[in-house]
Amino acid sequence: MTAWGRFISENRGPLLVTPALAVLVLMNIFPLLWSFGLSFFKYRANRLQEPEFIWFKNYFKVLTDDRVWNRFQTTAMVVSIDVLLQLIVGFLLALMFEKQFPGRRVLLMLVLTPMMLSFVAVGAFFRYYYEPTFGLLSQAIKSITGEPFILLASPAGAIAGIIFADVWMWSPFVMLLVLAGLVSVPKHLYEAAEIDRTSWWRRFWTITFPYIRGLLLLAILFRTIEAFKLFDIVFLITEGGPGTSTETIAVYVYRVAFQYFKTSQSAALGYILLFVVIVLTNLYLYFVRRRAEEN
Amino acid sequence: MARRRREIGKAGWGRTAMSAVISFIYFFPVLWIILTAFKTHTDALAIPPKFLFTPTLENFANVFSRAYQRGGEEIDTHFDLFFFNSIFIAGTSVLLALAVGTLAAYAFSRFPLRGNDTYMFIVLTTRMLPPIIVIIPIFLMFRVTGMSGTYAGIILLYAAFNLPFTIWMMKSFFDEIPPEVEDAARMDGSSEFKVFFKICLPLVKAGLAATAVFGLILTWNEFLFALLLTGMQTRTVPVAMAQTIGGDIGVRWGLLAAIETLFLIPVVLVTFLLQNQLLRGVTFGTIRR
Repeated sequence: MTAWGRFISENRGPLLVTPALAVLVLMNIFPLLWSFGLSFFKYRANRLQEPEFIWFKNYFKVLTDDRVWNRFQTTAMVVSIDVLLQLIVGFLLALMFEKQFPGRRVLLMLVLTPMMLSFVAVGAFFRYYYEPTFGLLSQAIKSITGEPFILLASPAGAIAGIIFADVWMWSPFVMLLVLAGLVSVPKHLYEAAEIDRTSWWRRFWTITFPYIRGLLLLAILFRTIEAFKLFDIVFLITEGGPGTSTETIAVYVYRVAFQYFKTSQSAALGYILLFVVIVLTNLYLYFVRRRAEEN
Repeated sequence: MARRRREIGKAGWGRTAMSAVISFIYFFPVLWIILTAFKTHTDALAIPPKFLFTPTLENFANVFSRAYQRGGEEIDTHFDLFFFNSIFIAGTSVLLALAVGTLAAYAFSRFPLRGNDTYMFIVLTTRMLPPIIVIIPIFLMFRVTGMSGTYAGIILLYAAFNLPFTIWMMKSFFDEIPPEVEDAARMDGSSEFKVFFKICLPLVKAGLAATAVFGLILTWNEFLFALLLTGMQTRTVPVAMAQTIGGDIGVRWGLLAAIETLFLIPVVLVTFLLQNQLLRGVTFGTIRR
């Protein structure tokens, strides 16, 4: 073997990984470090002024800003209701598809479609359905109550509208995970329970639930990470309004960065978000590994 | 590979009927958009909503060229360009990510580095982080280097955007091949290149296809990066669609529905083909079954 060949086979791991890491460093790590640096300066991207080093002032400003805390509260509320509803709807859908029946494959596809769609398309759909005069949903509700239904005009309604769209889009994701858990329950356990005439409820808690617990947890974490970043749907359905009542933290960072052009402040805020996401991702991977070991 | 075969209970036509009704309701928002695409402007705004109507293809023609004012001259909307951009940008960036990412995934799976898990974690984090954080410096970076609004810039960015997904997905497929297969080939004197290209790659063909298609959908649907970093010449469909909503047409929902329908059809078809890989795809290969 030539020296060159030996070098390749001894370092094949690092050699194969390098191109991928290079792309990630260029397009992800480097920008991240840049914005980390930026978060210590006073800088606006739309001015020619030289950046001025101001230590932790941006972080201080961001963390003591009532508006930021308010956006965090909005986000926390949206995320918790959103994820909870996704769990419930996803779970019920999974129970429906748990068994094999004629036409299951086609029907499953109908339900799985929403999560493959683009946020822009979904946002546009629901804007159309919420439209007060001819929107499908507004008309349906008007025909029942007799009152015109203007969902997006009130803060609570606007939040409900966003959550409704997101739940519709992402419940199938929860369904997929729960379904994977449900079909992994060994059939003989059910047969034994059948003989013992256990109630449905008891059978569920003692047999089914232990098999889906792990996946349910992963579903919650995954959806929480994603919902925390909620941007496109809000941007398209309400643009954060009415007022700032639906401005999630991601939308707020976007505004600070690209509408108010407080570039370095938005970088500081971004880093606080990053911290939250890293904690959640770590938790997610921890449970993925634990599940892999159990299997 | 001995994999426990999952048993699944059986239910009859009763379940089919119930599921059909619920699935249909669930799918209805998509179906209604597709129907709206075939309606005239008056039908689309009808109160009460029209379920039966004479279909028209007018909206689809209007997607590509239409009059911006009543009675005005028909103007090219450049939507043919935007569709081309979406396909071209998604295709190229996914190929790039696949080429680079598959090699890395193979290494992560077969020749673990010191701190392998840490690398994998960093890779995943770059994908989980809110895009808004990276986009600020990328925006500045693109402005300085003049990459903003060019194909090269957005393609490179999307390749990086797809890379973490590709690496995690492909690693999960490589992990499923027993190492003995390769070791046997090495024993016979096959070179590393041969082992990878002739033995491993054919075994993960299905995985490559699934990863590529998922990457295509993710990129096809992406909005925020495209909004901030593409120019008039490189604009993709989601951005053009969003601008159509807020912009020139006011409430011409039939037209918007037609754009959406054209945009959705490939995704709906692909969802059907991918059904068995969907779970793995949406969890970045972290959950296989």
